[in-house]
Amino acid sequence: MYKIGIDVGSTTIKCVVLDEKHNIVYKSYRRHRAMIKEKVSELVTMISRDILRGEKAHLALTGSASLGVAERFGIPFVQEVVATQIAVEEYPETIDVVIELGGEDAKILFLTNGVEVRMNGTCAGGTGAFIDQMAVLLDVSVEEMDKLALQAERIYPIASRCGVFAKTDVQPLLNQGARKEDVAASIFHAVVNQTIGGLAQGRELKGKMMFLGGPLTFLKGLQKSFTDVLKLDSNTGVFPENAQYYVAYGAALYAGSEQPADFAALEADMQSAGEIKQYEGGLPPLFSSEDEYNAFKARHAKAVIPEGKLEGYTGRAAIGIDAGSTTVKLVVIGEQDEILFQKYMLSNGKPVELVRETLQEIYTVNPQLRIVGSAATGYGEELVKNAFSLDDGLVETVAHLTAAQKMMPDVDFIIDIGGQDMKCFKIRNQVIDTIFLNEACSSGCGSFISTFATALGYSVKDFAALGLYSKHPVDLGSRCTVFMNSSVKQAQKEGAEVEDISAGLSISVVKNALYKVIRATSAESLGRHIIVQGGTFLNDAILRAFEQEVGVEVIRPNIAGLMGAYGAALYARTLQQNSSTILDAEGLKNFSHETTERVCQLCGNHCKLTVNQFNNGRELIAGNRCERPIKSQDKNFINIQYNAYRYKRDYILKRKSEKGKRGRIGLPMGLNMYENYHFWHPILTSLGYEVVRAPFGSRDVFLEGQATIPSDTVCYPAKMMHGSVTHLIQKQGVNKIFYPCMPYNFDEKISDNHYNCPVVAYYPEVLDANMGILQDVRFIKEYLGPHNEKHFVKKLQQTFKQDNVSAKEAREAAAIGYQQQETYLKDLKRYGKEAIAFAREHNLPIIVLAGRPYHVDPEINHGIDQLITSYGAVVISEDCLPLAKSKFHTNVLNQWTYHARLYSAAHYVCQQPDMYLVQLVSFGCGLDAVTTDEVRDILEKHDNLYTQIKIDEINNLGAVKIRLRSLFAAIAQKNRTKG
Amino acid sequence: MAKLEYDKNGRLMFTKEMKEEYTLLIPMMLPIHFSMLKSILQREGYKVEILETQNSNIIQMGLKYCHNDICYPAQLTIGQLMDALQSGKYDIHKVAVVMTQTGGGCRASNYISLLRKALDRAGLGFVPAVSVNFSGLEENPGFAITKKMIYEMANAIIYGDLLMALHNQTMPYEKEEGASQRLVDHFVAMLNDDFAKGESMGPKAIRKKMDEIVDAFVKVPVHKKNKVRVGIVGEIYVKFAPLGNNNLEAFLLKENAEPVVPGLLDFLLYTIDTGIEDYIRYGGKLVKPVVTKFLMHTFIGIQNDMIKAIEKPGCFHAPSSFKRTKELGGKVIDHGVKMGEGWLLTGEMMALIDEGVNNIVCTQPFGCLPNHVCGRGMMRRIKTIHPDANIVAIDYDAGATKVNQENRLKLMLATARKLQNS
Repeated sequence: MYKIGIDVGSTTIKCVVLDEKHNIVYKSYRRHRAMIKEKVSELVTMISRDILRGEKAHLALTGSASLGVAERFGIPFVQEVVATQIAVEEYPETIDVVIELGGEDAKILFLTNGVEVRMNGTCAGGTGAFIDQMAVLLDVSVEEMDKLALQAERIYPIASRCGVFAKTDVQPLLNQGARKEDVAASIFHAVVNQTIGGLAQGRELKGKMMFLGGPLTFLKGLQKSFTDVLKLDSNTGVFPENAQYYVAYGAALYAGSEQPADFAALEADMQSAGEIKQYEGGLPPLFSSEDEYNAFKARHAKAVIPEGKLEGYTGRAAIGIDAGSTTVKLVVIGEQDEILFQKYMLSNGKPVELVRETLQEIYTVNPQLRIVGSAATGYGEELVKNAFSLDDGLVETVAHLTAAQKMMPDVDFIIDIGGQDMKCFKIRNQVIDTIFLNEACSSGCGSFISTFATALGYSVKDFAALGLYSKHPVDLGSRCTVFMNSSVKQAQKEGAEVEDISAGLSISVVKNALYKVIRATSAESLGRHIIVQGGTFLNDAILRAFEQEVGVEVIRPNIAGLMGAYGAALYARTLQQNSSTILDAEGLKNFSHETTERVCQLCGNHCKLTVNQFNNGRELIAGNRCERPIKSQDKNFINIQYNAYRYKRDYILKRKSEKGKRGRIGLPMGLNMYENYHFWHPILTSLGYEVVRAPFGSRDVFLEGQATIPSDTVCYPAKMMHGSVTHLIQKQGVNKIFYPCMPYNFDEKISDNHYNCPVVAYYPEVLDANMGILQDVRFIKEYLGPHNEKHFVKKLQQTFKQDNVSAKEAREAAAIGYQQQETYLKDLKRYGKEAIAFAREHNLPIIVLAGRPYHVDPEINHGIDQLITSYGAVVISEDCLPLAKSKFHTNVLNQWTYHARLYSAAHYVCQQPDMYLVQLVSFGCGLDAVTTDEVRDILEKHDNLYTQIKIDEINNLGAVKIRLRSLFAAIAQKNRTKG
Repeated sequence: MAKLEYDKNGRLMFTKEMKEEYTLLIPMMLPIHFSMLKSILQREGYKVEILETQNSNIIQMGLKYCHNDICYPAQLTIGQLMDALQSGKYDIHKVAVVMTQTGGGCRASNYISLLRKALDRAGLGFVPAVSVNFSGLEENPGFAITKKMIYEMANAIIYGDLLMALHNQTMPYEKEEGASQRLVDHFVAMLNDDFAKGESMGPKAIRKKMDEIVDAFVKVPVHKKNKVRVGIVGEIYVKFAPLGNNNLEAFLLKENAEPVVPGLLDFLLYTIDTGIEDYIRYGGKLVKPVVTKFLMHTFIGIQNDMIKAIEKPGCFHAPSSFKRTKELGGKVIDHGVKMGEGWLLTGEMMALIDEGVNNIVCTQPFGCLPNHVCGRGMMRRIKTIHPDANIVAIDYDAGATKVNQENRLKLMLATARKLQNS
């Protein structure tokens, strides 16, 4: 009797038919485009008619997407990991580890020495679907991307944690002109790192490894990345033939243990069941009738900006270019601000070429055009500005505001959803008041719709149009795109139609913007005069969903996708020049563009710079974290000396250790140790230990410990501790490590309690339980509470009893520790005073870069402190400011020492006219969900600006730069209005 | 109508007048237990409603009124309250909302503040939010939990734990569908009567009642089948609340498994115990040492009585005692880990394995900080000690989908069956 296995993954359906001897007599692999029941039904029909011809056969389904069909038609189901295991057992040699990547799942099976399975968590998105998305981003097919990857020369660090994050890394790389070959290979490397870091979770990958699943079958580049990183050879790395059918094969073998199925009956069953839909729920429709849609269209058709003719235009024209993350927009305006020319293009990773072609087109239409100003904005602002010698550049938020005010002078709220990012800002007194940019985790909503449309086999336009008439849009919630993938899968399982999914996605994009980015609770809080713009709003379904959600009729300019460019053009006109420096037709003819690489030597970060060289010697540096490599060539540039973050790092570096009678002891560097170092170092030194400090964090240090991280959603600073400890043992050769558990922090008497956060408090426990390497050394993770000095002394002696520390020694050491800790905090305050005085003397803004002690780490903060000083501001931290005198009222329970300082600093900042608070927040920090709202409340009550920067493993500062530049633009504007 | 009165920080208080006029709305966590807690509160003169709503608007409300990165339990409980307030079912000038506050170092101590922020945002700032805590964090003239109530609540909890354990062990095997649920309902009604009367129950009376309950369950006709037993541990809300864990118990039952859920009393004991553990580590003053020790002693006593009652007939598995759980937990993690569920979560995993329940679902809200430490963080060590442990960690949050969760659970069950057969 035949055995049949059907494996339904997130994007493909695989089928295998086996004969008695387990030979494959039929196999197929195709995309199911979310029509799961139909595709399974087709297969059943085909097999029943062409192979079985009336006979019965064993059948089993596998794969999460087939759960619904299996339940509905009573077909045996086997969990896909179990199926894989069954299949691999048939392989002639013993396999130790199986790594399987599917459309959306990633799995590792450890088969020997204790069977264990790891599946990707809800947060770890990037797998097959991720690779598909990246290919779209690179504007190549997956096959082409694979070929490109094989010709790579360098690997860029790309966040390996989740797809959206990686995307934020990849886009700017493309915009900066990085080679596609290198980016392609870097993407594959990120997938490998994710598999090792996110999935293996502390268990080493060793022995004979088999690789399964579609991507690992078809993509040689990916195979190569795995082979390289895991150091495999042809013996230890097994890439079997038919790897994409393994799971279906396992299901077929499993089917043998189940009752045979009557295919003729099943065929009839499935076909007659075609019309029944389980899916009922959902949201109200976008439009209840065709008439309603027409009225909506007519209303929006009125929001137009006048147009003129480019051909033969003789007035003074200005050009604005908005080089966004996925699109390039170019606008030419005339003297009446009328649009003479406009173009909206997908950048496909080559913005420079597109701009050149478009300029040529303009010069061809009107060779005599008199251009008096030109400006660029958007992610690719610097690149385009330098390439074509534009007059100026401006931050995109300001460009949008300029354009919006042209349409609606009393506009009080602008929301712009582009391909990759959302920008929203409130306007008060004609000034940008509050800026909301999407955090890295919810970005890409606009482009998500297009990739989703492509994946389902539709054009974006058709896909969006489908949603307009959905009767029951799917409720997908407001989450980042990776989660949406799973929600869509769930809806499909329940039988939702493509129309419902399309409408649901549109509603989700809107909800994301409102509830995740802006966090609005009512339409009134957004303002009454709303302009929506950005390419994503050209989609009527999204526009409608937005109006429905906020309950206000909004204005979508007819050039909703071009507002940035239009704003840049308007701005270029205000430069009031007689002629622009923009390359003319002659200049374009000789235009050339090359990229080379070098390592920046201006500071210890040693950024890998991509240098874009254009003809006439113009060049642009990209890949830099701060502005120094660019501005150091500029003679007006003041290198600001006051940066409390650097001061804190130097303070740590200054502490020297000498050989001690009690030998060497290692201190890992990270989390609370960044501050408590000034407590522990003197104590340990006094006790006669030579303190060996782990280096500051870096990508390399992180990678050293990556494989032992048990929870992939814990914050990056905590993850870094694994590397720090590994480094201490392996590179610095210590055999004793001191890293105490500290649920309680020092009590600074300004809060209800003085806890550390749970991660800081107990991370030594996690290291101890997950790092095998610690078994070989003495790991001191004693529970110590510095808040009770008397008791602390006792505990200190107990802790080092093994080394015969006496009570007297402990008492003296503790005294020195407390005193040094205090000196450190006092020194910070003194430094703060000096910095503030310097800033006031030179009329510079003061940025209070608030966060936690560990945000001082150069890898954790990605050099944001230096970026801010390079913009001409002085950087201090919250602990440089005088603390509140006593307990003060907060709207939340004020129970963590570090956060109490934060609230105290926020209050202080409100009293100062030239101080602005920027809060650094690590992704995954649970406490900051509480603190950020409270800090924002405090600042906004006093009309102060609040800026939040979310940071993670992401190494690219694109979004951070927009935020900071917008902040500085708003500060400048505020100062101007104040006079 | 009760006047709105504020404390010196501007917090709206729950006054004595309100006690007369207002209804307290409480988010549901454990149906059996909460029903009895309600009886106790009612007898003390409070008007109480436990929210049993399960609609999809709840999480929408949670997302709308809470920070999107706050824990899922906060989103759900606050969402459930906001959903109720906006449902039109209540006179919003005659209700107060209730939230627990542990006072530990985890975010959960801040739920009450977040609830107030949510009320403000929704224009419902006039609705008082009442904190239930045992740390003296916020006081209200119209709301107090007396010592007698604490004792009774502990009793209610132990009855709840008992009924939950017996129901879970009987229901998957019952010959007549619904028989064990009927027993649960019967006893809950009976106990509610007792609590309503307010007659104080001594240990002896409690023991008698427990025996009576156990006897009744022994008599339920059952099939002899070898079902896979699956333990459920985790963050307290998603562990217990069906709304939080997508009806995990029901799913396991449907998949032919027997859920094993460590009780609620252990959590209460754990919170009391942390005071003592803190004293050992950091010195200072032991908060009311006599009271603490007395409470520990009493509660441990009734838990032991429950264990004995369950063991007596020989056909039920009794849960591990608090002491045993603590001892086993200590083999893996230090008892100083006291934020969130702390060492108790690890201890419960170890205790389950010790009871022969190797299959465990560790439920956690996505991004739960203490769980990074005591849940996921300890699994490797548990597996080193018990290589046969079959633990699956499941994340719950607004974006996690049932299909992914169920797929993982199915894998755990497949492994469980394989282990059982080998």
